[in-house]
This record gives sequence, C-alpha cells and structure tokens, in this order.
Amino acid sequence: MADDVLAALAAVCPASRPASSEDAVAGVTPRYAASPASVAEASAVLRVATDYDLTVVPRGSGSKLAWGAPPRRCDLVVDTLRLDQVLEHAAGDLVARVQAGVSMHRLAEVLGGVGQELALDPAPGLAAPAPGAPDGVTPDGVTPDGAAADGVTPDGVTPDGAAADAVAPDGAGPDGAAPDGPGGGNGGYPAGGTVGGTLATAAAGPRRLRYGTPRDLVIGVTVVRADGTVAHSGGKVVKNVAGYDLGKLFTGSFGTLGLIVEAAFRLHPRPATAAYVTIECADAAEAHRAVAAAAASVLAPSAIEVDRPARDQPITVAVLLEGEAAGVGERATLMCELLGAGAQAQASQPAWWGWPGSDPARPAGTLVRVAFWAAAMPRVLAVIDDAAQSAGLDPAVGGSAAAGVIYAAAAPSVHPAAIAAFVATLRAALARGEADARPASAAPSEYPPVLASAVVVHAPPAVQDQVDLWGPVPALPLMRAVKDQFDPGHRMAPGRFVGGI
Amino acid sequence: MIKQLIPRMTEICGPDGVVSDPAELRTYECDGLTSHRVTPALAVLPRTAEQVAAVVRECAAAKVPFVARGSGTGLSGGALPHADGVLIVTSRMRRIIAIDTGSQRAIVEPGATNLSISDAARPFGYFYAPDPSSQVVCSVGGNVAENSGGAHCLKHGFTTHHVTGLELVTPAGELTWIGDGTGAAPGYDLLGVLTGSEGTLGIVTKVVVKLTRIPQLVKCLLAAFETTGAGGTAVSAIIGAGILPAAIEMMDALAIEAAEAAVACRYPEGAGAVLIVELDGPEADVLRDSAAVRALCEQVGATEIREADDPAERAAIWVGRRSAFAAVGRISPAYIVQDGVVPRTALGPVLDKIAELSAASGIKVANVFHAGDGNLHPLVLYDDSSPGATAAAETLSGAILDLCIEHGGSITGEHGVGVDKSKYLPKMFGADDLDTMQLLRCAFDPASLCNPGKVFPTPRLCGEVPGARRGPHPLVASGQLDQF
Repeated sequence: MADDVLAALAAVCPASRPASSEDAVAGVTPRYAASPASVAEASAVLRVATDYDLTVVPRGSGSKLAWGAPPRRCDLVVDTLRLDQVLEHAAGDLVARVQAGVSMHRLAEVLGGVGQELALDPAPGLAAPAPGAPDGVTPDGVTPDGAAADGVTPDGVTPDGAAADAVAPDGAGPDGAAPDGPGGGNGGYPAGGTVGGTLATAAAGPRRLRYGTPRDLVIGVTVVRADGTVAHSGGKVVKNVAGYDLGKLFTGSFGTLGLIVEAAFRLHPRPATAAYVTIECADAAEAHRAVAAAAASVLAPSAIEVDRPARDQPITVAVLLEGEAAGVGERATLMCELLGAGAQAQASQPAWWGWPGSDPARPAGTLVRVAFWAAAMPRVLAVIDDAAQSAGLDPAVGGSAAAGVIYAAAAPSVHPAAIAAFVATLRAALARGEADARPASAAPSEYPPVLASAVVVHAPPAVQDQVDLWGPVPALPLMRAVKDQFDPGHRMAPGRFVGGI
Repeated sequence: MIKQLIPRMTEICGPDGVVSDPAELRTYECDGLTSHRVTPALAVLPRTAEQVAAVVRECAAAKVPFVARGSGTGLSGGALPHADGVLIVTSRMRRIIAIDTGSQRAIVEPGATNLSISDAARPFGYFYAPDPSSQVVCSVGGNVAENSGGAHCLKHGFTTHHVTGLELVTPAGELTWIGDGTGAAPGYDLLGVLTGSEGTLGIVTKVVVKLTRIPQLVKCLLAAFETTGAGGTAVSAIIGAGILPAAIEMMDALAIEAAEAAVACRYPEGAGAVLIVELDGPEADVLRDSAAVRALCEQVGATEIREADDPAERAAIWVGRRSAFAAVGRISPAYIVQDGVVPRTALGPVLDKIAELSAASGIKVANVFHAGDGNLHPLVLYDDSSPGATAAAETLSGAILDLCIEHGGSITGEHGVGVDKSKYLPKMFGADDLDTMQLLRCAFDPASLCNPGKVFPTPRLCGEVPGARRGPHPLVASGQLDQF
C-alpha cells in the first residue's frame, strides 16, 4: 500500500520520497514528502493525496512550522521550495509576481536592486535603509550612537549589500520573518522564510503600522485546493474588485484551506534612510504617553515599538521614521522634541527590534501575541503583568504598541503548567473586558463583544498539550463552514488552526 | 407570497418601516446604474441590527430573496432589487457610534455616509481615508460591500485596508461580529472576504474602521500636457522616481471641455490632458516631492503647471475632476461609465487604443481616471434616442474591457461586478476560479437568498458536484428548491 502511494506521488512529482524524522511537523512525522516543481505538479500531488485520502501539511522553508497547533495527522508534507521563481517584477508598476517557495530574503534582494521592497519587515539584515545610503548614514540632526563605526551600516547590511552574518539581534519579528524556529535554533532555513509561509502565517513585523500586514499587500493569488483544483483570484494590478478575494482568505489560514503556490504583491519604493527615536519610560503609563504622542503626530512614523525585558525594568519606546535623508533627520529631531527629555535619535536599529525572544541572549520558548485597541495599552500591560505574576512568570514584553499588538515571551525553561496558567488567566481577563478601550458609557451591543485576543504564536510541545494555542475566536461557525467547503475531507493541515480546524 | 410577509415585517420595522405601495417602491428600482431597473416586491427600512436580523430570518424561513441597499449610489447594479424579494434599506441606520482617536478607530452604522465619518473625526485631527467621489452621499455599508476606492486610495488604500470589524447579519439571520476591531483577530480573514463581496454574503449592521491622521501638509499640482500619452509618461516618471502621491488623476481634452462648460474650472486652455497630483505627509517630504514632481512633469513636456496648498486653492483644482462625470452628462444625452484597470505602465498604449476604437466606431469617449493606479474611467458618450446607439456604445464599452484584460488588468477597479459585469467575469477567471469563489457563497449563503444573481454568472447550486451540468438542477426541477 505504502509503495503504491509513493509510486503514485513519484509518477506526478519526481521529487517525492518517504519522509524522515526531519520532516516532522511539530512532532508529527509524515509518511511522505513531495516537492513539486510546478503548479501542475502541485495540483497532481494533491489529487494523489485525495485519491489515497492523505492528510497534507504545506511547508515552505519550515521557519514557522512550529507556529500553530500540531496537525492531528500528517501523511504528506508538500514543500514549496522548488517553486522558487520570481515570475515577474514589473518595476514600473510596483508589482511583483512570485512563486510560493521564493525566500523573502531573495525577493528582497531582487526588489532592492531597483530600490523597491515588499514592505513586510524583511529578513534580518535586509531592513531599510538601502545599501548605499548617503555617507555617514546618519541623517542630519540624528544623534549618532556609534553603531555605524564598526564598518557595518546601521541596519546590519554590509556596505556591499550582502546581509551581515550574525545579525540575529536585528530579527525582524515574530510576526515577521522569524529567522528560525522557536528558541532561536537555526535549522538552516533560508532567512526570513518563504513568500508562501509568510502569507500562510500572516507574518508581519513592526512596520505593519504604516504598511499593514501581508493581507494588505497581496493583490493576487494562485492556490491549489485540497482536491487539486487550481484557482486564481485577484490579479497583478493594485486596484481590482472583480470576484471574491481569495488572497485575503488564504492569508493567515495556516495551510488549512489549500496550498498557496503563487502570489502577486503591491510593492513600495524602499526608503533611503531610517532613524530610530528611542526613549526610556519608567512605567506603562509613561510609555503609553510616548506611544500615543508619536502615533498622533504628523511625523508619519513607520513603526512604534515598545520593549520591556523584565517586569522591574523600564520600558523603551522606539519610533521608526523612514524616507529621504533630510526629511528623516528633520522628523527625528521633531520626534525627539515631542517625546521630551531623554529621547534620542539613532540611525541603527535597537538590538531588541522586532519582538521579545529575537535576542539569542533571551530566547523565547513560548510567544504569546495580544492584540488590542491601541488606547488600552496600559491596561493590556497590567493584565499581562497580573496574569504573569499569578502564574509565577516574568515574561519579556514588547511589540507594535501603536498597531495594537504586544508580545509576551517566556523562556524555554519555564514550566508548561505555569505558562498554561498564565494564558488562561490572561484570556479570562481579556474576556472580562479588562483590556478593552471602551468608554464606560458605551452600550455593550455597540462594540464587538471583546476588544482583545491572546494567541500563542509558538510554544514547546509540553505547553501545546496543555493550552489551546488560538483561544476563543469570533465567528468560528462561519470559519468552520468555510473550511467544510474548501476541504470537506478535513485533510489540509487538520487541527493546526482555530477551533481545531 | 411576499404579501404574507407584510404583517410580520410591520411588526419588526413598524408601520413606517415597510414600503409596499408599488409607486413608492419604484423609488428603489435602481441604484447609480440606471440602465438596470427592477421594482422590489417589498422594501423595509429597519432602524437596528436586531431588526435587520429579524427581517432576514423571515426571508430565510420563507425562502424569499433579499437585497441590501445603502444610499443607492453604486455603479454596477449591486443593489438592484429582486422582483420577488425584499429590499432592506439601511438609510435609517446612520449613527456614528464612536470616534476613538486613541485607538484610531470609529464605529459607525452602515447607513452613515462616508463623509460623515471624516466630518466627525476632523475636529480631533483625523479622517477616514477611502474617498469615493460620491462620498457626500454614499453609505459606509455600500463601501464595505463594494470595497470602494477613491482618488486618494493610491497612497491610503481601499476600504478593505481600513475595516477592522463588522457586525454581520448572516444570510440565515444570525447576528455575529466578524473581527474585534483590532485588525489582528485570530481566524480566517473574513473581513477581507466580506469587504468587496457585493452584499452576497450577508448584511453589515456595524462597521469598525481605521481613522487616519490628517497630514501636516497637502499640496496639489495641476499639470497640463499636449496629449494623454505625455501625461501617462509623467505618471510613470513619478512612480518610477519612488514618489508615492496621495492621488494622481488624469482628464483628457473631452473631459476637460465638459468640466469647463459645467463648472468653469479654468484648466489650461487647449490642453490635451491634465494631471492632478496631490501629495500629503510631513511638510519637508511634501515640499521635496512636489518639487520633484514639477521637475518630472516639465521634463516630459508639461505646458503649464499650477500649485496649490491651501484648501480653497486645492478645491479649485479638484472641482473640475470631481464634477467630470456629471459634466459629461451635460454634453451627451447618455453615457456609460466604464471602470477598468490596466498596469499603470500600460496607460499610454491602452489610451491610444481606446482612441482608435472611438474613432473607428464614431463614438466619442471621454477619459477621466485614477492614473496613479491604472484605474480607467472611459465615459462612452451616445444618444440613447438614436436607434442602435445604445447597443453600439455597449459594444465599444465591452471592447475597452477586453483591452484591459489583454493588458493583464481587471474589469473593475472600484465599481464592482454587480449585475452589470457578471457576463465579463469569465473573461478574467476560469471555471475553476469561479467555482472556488463560489465555495465562499455556499459557506455563507447555501440557500442563495442574499443578493442573488449578482457578481457571478449562473452560479452552480451549493453542493452540486463540479462537472458538466445538463438541464435544471434536480431539486429545482422537482420544485423543492427555487434558484434565484
């Protein structure tokens, strides 16, 4: 029987093989692995999977394979790494069409060649500013902090444009191109993951504040459904309302609806210069004042991040300003004035930029993402702190405060039961509305029932056993209905997603 | 059948919330696309989400189709009523529920006008970015249904980029929230699915949108060119220079002539095309970019350039553009507003080809469009009292869409498919693509009662096995199911 399956897979996709323990998805070892080299092969592979009733987990570079719940079953891993073509880069149209297996790193290199980017916090070392930024890389009015002195430009890009090695501290994000699997171990993944994986996990980093997340930049998609049907939606023009938007549906679906094989993106001009204005704040209220002031300013920040390594430490707020050198310098000066005494501008990315846990010195075993209405930031921190204290934890906390996303990262050594208690207490507080930005006068029915959520982005297996990684989800019945239509046999990444989908 | 619903609908919406008089119903026979007209069997004007849900439950129980309508400004017949169905009009649900500048969010009811959000947010320094030309009257609910765009979407994005939560009445009549307003709720991106689904997946009863900071400086340039080709070259040069204006709009000679006659906009005389470029953002950036735009326009042969940065001067530049559609109505007895998209680098050749098609058919075409994102609005002018003229205009209009598809574009950038373009959708998407989209319809609306007959040409019934279909569906043939 097993040989029949392998033979059927190999007949349509020569790069098919028995799987090994290295193909395991969150501890579940598949029986087969297939690496289709074309959309037609990918379609044929999924038809074979249908014929033999195989459960399937799509995989790109594997950098985020530890995100989401473990699959209930996994017979076949379909990896997209041979779908590695940049199909079209229409520079004049600021549009690119790529296959799913292209790495974010490589795409950034291709687009960077003409001063463009897919504005999704690319892999470490490829963040703005562009190589060849004006001499001194320190915009006028920006206080140099010495980071440029080591011969590497501040963003970690070597002068010749190649990514510097050992750039892990610049990690772009949890939500963006997590450089490696959880815990910081490098499994040899292409930096920044693949385009398909970025879409499937809806990964986004600090610059989401200005550019949005993958769903905001994808303009067209080609997918292979569970039964092998190839379907397109959108196109390669930035403005298009013809037909339903499958690109958004598949973005963030964790492989549960089908396999993403191609995508088209809206691109942006790559900013020439970046400046980071940072200020250290004593407590959450002070940090919130800085975040709110930056967000409400007319200085067009691209990101507003916060970082607090431990509960008894101050909170650092960092504001990213991007653009042409002179303008950035002027805005950085104004931002310093706005944030007040102690604010300083620097050309280099803060070491913690991205997410708690990206620093190898303090790796995250469990990463929890709390999404909220930005005005509630102090309450969110209080709720996190209360839950952590009652569970005996002291997670590193940080994230895209102005965009309403904050992470709590617990070290790998923390006992799973403590993390489970933390997540349960946190979710209970959120469910009670303790982190809602809702005026007391508001009628309950006028707002969504709960204005915040807590999702476990990744966690060690022992934690996964005790925690529903996704937690409560609005409109789950509709999501189940969508799943049932797209994958009636529940063979695509079963159990990976919300509500056990 | 419908008459039997009236007592219950009256209980739900009150006596003044139900319209059953045929003459009154005719008020609702069309939206902004007046070439399609259908009088609904019944119209209701609910005041609350609960009333909408109750109305939909009655329709679902009676297997009566229903269509939602906001202000009726849509240009693709998306809100065209169903002759045997209930029209659910949201015009009495127009409250601005909350303006939360700390979270940069607003909560509004679907009947609120697009502009009313910006009006409410402006005192706090914020605005609602998507700005369809009809923003004074068009409803937010309609904007969500159509994923409405507007001139400033080039930089600020479309409706779908600004919706972070929706209260939805499902086609079964259940009231549920989609998303939690954060824009980062776990689960499938149903906000992205619903926005732009043209009212076929449910009825939105509350909308959470992002508010955007009013920029420090807004500067507007008007550049005149001898030809649209030169204008198109300028667009490419601006985008190619890495500048992202808030808006880049173009009008050709015929559109300029019409606008001049209507509102005396005083655009440069004799111009073959004018480009309106608006830049917004931090002052230093806007000043630098506007100087660059000016230089680029001069390089490609602009014959005149004007600049404006105070609101009154900017409004004077925009008045010609904003009035263009209506102005064309004054120089032609009838016209078709087309809405196609091409890659912006293809603007030049596509405009040339449109001119050729126009000359060959003897039908005038005025071009007014969002040049920055390649969204064309050719206005096909004809005399509807002349025999055969309407058909000829429609043929030309269809040929323009073919041209867009040939260049890798889209049959609609912002007006939607509605009833108007469902026959063109298969030119863009194959049967498998359309069947896959249809899966969403089946998930949300298995009975196909919610705005049926829109967007998709003759969709299969949910549950039907893909493959060749011969004759009517067995359930339809046996009378167990109506296919609307």
